[in-house]
Amino acid sequence: MEVKTYFRRATDLPREELFGPGHRLCAGCGPAIAVRLALKAIRKPVIVVNATSCVEVASTPYPYTAWAVPWVHVLFENTAAVASGIVETLDKLVKEGRAEDADVIAIGGDGGTFDIGLQALSGALERGHKFLYICLDNEAYMNTGIQRSGATPRGAETTTSFAGKVIPGKLEYKKDLASIVVAHAVPYVATASIGYWLDYVNKVRRALETDGPSFIHVLTPCQTGWRFDASKTVEIGKLAVETKIFPLYEVINGVYRINVKPKSFKPIEEYLKLQGRFKHLFEPQNRHIIDEIQQQVDARWKRLLVLEEASQRW
Amino acid sequence: MTTAKVIGLRGDDAVAYAVKQCNVDCIAAYPITPQTIIVETLSKFVSNGEMNAKYINVESEHSAMSATIGACLAGGRVFTATASQGLALMHEVLYAASGLRCPIVLAVANRALSAPINIHCDHSDVMGSRDSGWVILFAENCQEAYDLTILAFKLAEDEDILLPVMVNLDGFILSHSLERVEVIPDEEVKRWLPPRQAKYKVDPKNPITFGVFSLFDSYFEIKRGQEDAMRMVLKKIPEIYDKFYELSGRQYSNLVKYKMDDAEHVIVVLGSTAGTARHAADRLREEGIKAGVLSLHLFRPFPTKEVQKSLSNTKTVTVMDRAISFGAQGGPLFEDIATALYDTPNRPLIASYIYGLGGRDITSRQIREAVRKSIQAQEEGKKIIRMGFIGVKGGE
Amino acid sequence: MGIASWKEIPLGGIILEPRTSLKYKTGSWRSSTPKIDYNKCIRCLFCWIYCPEPAITRDEENNVTIDLDYCKGCGICANVCPVKAITMEAL
Repeated sequence: MEVKTYFRRATDLPREELFGPGHRLCAGCGPAIAVRLALKAIRKPVIVVNATSCVEVASTPYPYTAWAVPWVHVLFENTAAVASGIVETLDKLVKEGRAEDADVIAIGGDGGTFDIGLQALSGALERGHKFLYICLDNEAYMNTGIQRSGATPRGAETTTSFAGKVIPGKLEYKKDLASIVVAHAVPYVATASIGYWLDYVNKVRRALETDGPSFIHVLTPCQTGWRFDASKTVEIGKLAVETKIFPLYEVINGVYRINVKPKSFKPIEEYLKLQGRFKHLFEPQNRHIIDEIQQQVDARWKRLLVLEEASQRW
Repeated sequence: MTTAKVIGLRGDDAVAYAVKQCNVDCIAAYPITPQTIIVETLSKFVSNGEMNAKYINVESEHSAMSATIGACLAGGRVFTATASQGLALMHEVLYAASGLRCPIVLAVANRALSAPINIHCDHSDVMGSRDSGWVILFAENCQEAYDLTILAFKLAEDEDILLPVMVNLDGFILSHSLERVEVIPDEEVKRWLPPRQAKYKVDPKNPITFGVFSLFDSYFEIKRGQEDAMRMVLKKIPEIYDKFYELSGRQYSNLVKYKMDDAEHVIVVLGSTAGTARHAADRLREEGIKAGVLSLHLFRPFPTKEVQKSLSNTKTVTVMDRAISFGAQGGPLFEDIATALYDTPNRPLIASYIYGLGGRDITSRQIREAVRKSIQAQEEGKKIIRMGFIGVKGGE
Repeated sequence: MGIASWKEIPLGGIILEPRTSLKYKTGSWRSSTPKIDYNKCIRCLFCWIYCPEPAITRDEENNVTIDLDYCKGCGICANVCPVKAITMEAL
C-alpha cells in the first residue's frame, strides 16, 4: 500500500518547542519524550486533551503550565469523550467562521486508556470522530505510585502486584489494546516506541492526516516504575522492539504492516535483566515465567506475521 | 413580544422545543427514562434539519457530560439531559463542569435512585448533586420547563456568572404529561440568545490551559472564586428574569408565593407538587386556617433573604421534601429552610415531611393532614418536627 | 509565585499564558551535568530529539547546547549520542 513518509531526518523536525521545559516529570521520563515528539509532528495548530496522568499533573501545577497549545484536562477516564465534544463542536464552529481550525489530539496513559478509559475510547472510535488518540504506555498507574494496570506485562512487579513469596508479580498477560482498537475498524492504528523516534513521528503525522479516528499505542519506558537508570529510557525503548516484546506495526484500513523486522531478535532476557521490576524473575523458582513470556512473545510475533500476510489479501 | 403560539407539549417536548430555538451548537446525550423524549425529539429535529446542531450519541452519561464540557470549552452553546442513575453516573463530571466554569444547561427529569430500581418521580437525583456547584432551578409545570430552559442559557452564559445550570422537571408527572404551553416565536428566541461568543475557549491563537493541577496552595482560592460566582447569580438573576419578561410576557422570580400575604401556616415545596399544595391551602382556608404555599424556582444558590422575608410572621412551616437524606435531621429542602429561619425573630415551628418517593402519589388531603400536625405540634409548644413521612404504608 | 488572594485567580484556575513553566528552573534537580565535546559532535541532533525537558537548544545551524537552567541530568543525551560526544560529569 501507498504510505507517505513525512520526516526523513532530524532536521525535518521543527525547532519550535510546544511543550516544556520546566515541567515536573522525572529526569529521563519516557512519556515526556513522546509528548514533545508528537508535537513536533503536527501539521496545523492542535488542541490537546489530556487524561489525569503523570504528564497532566506534572505539566500543569497551578500556576505553571508547560504547554504552548490549548490544553484541556477534565478527568481520568473521559479523555476520548471530551475530545469527541471538542472535535464535533469545532467542526461546526469552523464551518461557521466562529473558530480557528485545529487538529485534536487526545493523550492518555495506559491507565486512562486500557482500563478506566476504555469505554470512552471505544465509544469515540465507534462514532468515528476525526481525532488522534495517543496512549502513552508506561505499563502501570505510575502517577499514583506504580500500581498495576491492564497494560502491565506478565511477571512485572508493581505496588499492587507485589513479587512476594507466594505470588511472583503480575500473573496476567498484557492486554492487547491495539487489537481492540483495530476491531473498531478505524482507518489508522499504530504501535510505536520512543526508541524509534523517526518511525514514531511519521506515525503521528500519518495519524493526523487520517480522515477519521486514529490511534497510536506508544511504549514509553518509565525509569522510576520499571527501575532502571534514567539514562537508559531510549535504550530500553529500543530493546523492547529488538526482543519483539513490543513489535512496531501499523494497521491502515485493516491492512497490517510491520515496520521493524530485525534479521534476528535478541532474547527477552536482554530486556528483562535491565529492569528492577523483573529482578525476581531471575530467581530459580521464577525462571519458568521468563520461558513462558518468551513463548508468548514468539507466538504473538508469529501471529502478527500471519496477520500481515493475510491482511494483504483482504 | 409578539403573538405567541399555544401548543400541547409534554414536559420533555417543551424542553426539546426550547433547545431547538436557542442556537445550541452541540448536544451529547444518553437516553434514560423519563428523559428519553427529550433526546429523541432533539434527534428528530437535527435529522430533519430543523436544528443546526451537532448531535453526539455518547455511550454513557459520564461521557455525555464529558463531551458536553469539551464542546463548551470549544466555544459552543451546549445542552444535555439526564435523570436518576444518569445524573448519579455523571456525578464527578458535574463537579468538573462547575469547576471549569462551563455554562452548560442540563435538563433533569427527576427520578428516584436505585437500588431498588424505580423509574418514577422523586428528587433524590438532583438532591444528591446539590453541592456540585450547579445553579439549580425547578419547573412546576410544562410551561416553566420550556421557559426555564431558555432562561437557563442566558443565566449560565452571563459573563459575571459562567456556571452550569440544571433545570429540573418532575419525571413522568411533567416529562410525560401534556400541558398547554405558550411558545415564543423562533426568531425572537434566537434574537434573545444569539450564537454564543465564548470568552474563554480552546483557541490556538490564544492557548489556555484548562483543568490544572491545583495543590493546597491554590485549590481553596479557586473554590472561593466559584462560590463568588454562585453569589453573583443572586445578584444578576432578577435582571435576567426581567429580560425574560420582555421576551415572553411571563415574569419569573426565585420564589412563588400563594396566599402568603397573611399566611400563618405555610407549605414549602419544590416542583409540580406546588399545584396540589395550593389546592390543600385553599381547602384549609375554607376551614379557617390561614394557609399559604411557598414554592421555589431557584434552589441553588439558596435565596435565603427572600425566604426569610416570606416566612417571617408565620406560625408553622411545613416543608415537603420529595427526597430523603438518610440519617439526616430532615429532607434537603427542610435543612435549607431551617437554617434560613434560624436567625429570624419569632421562629415558626418547622416540620420536615418526606413524601412521594419512587413516584408515590401525594394528595391534597395528605398535605392538609401534615399541616394540621404542624399546627398541633406548634400549639403544644414544640419547635420542630424532624423527618416525618407522608403516605408511606404502615405509617411513620 | 505566591497567591495573595482568591480574587487574583482567573475563573477555574485556568492559565491564560502559554509555557509559564519556564519560570520554574528544573536545573536545580540534577546531580550530574552533561558536557558536549564539540570536537566529536556531528550535529546529528539525537540528543536534542530525545531530551525529555527539553534542555537542549538547537540553533539555525543545528548546533546544540545544553540549557543548564532546565537540565535534570538524566543522561539520555549521553546514552543516545552515536559518537559519545557527551559525558556526564558529577555536579
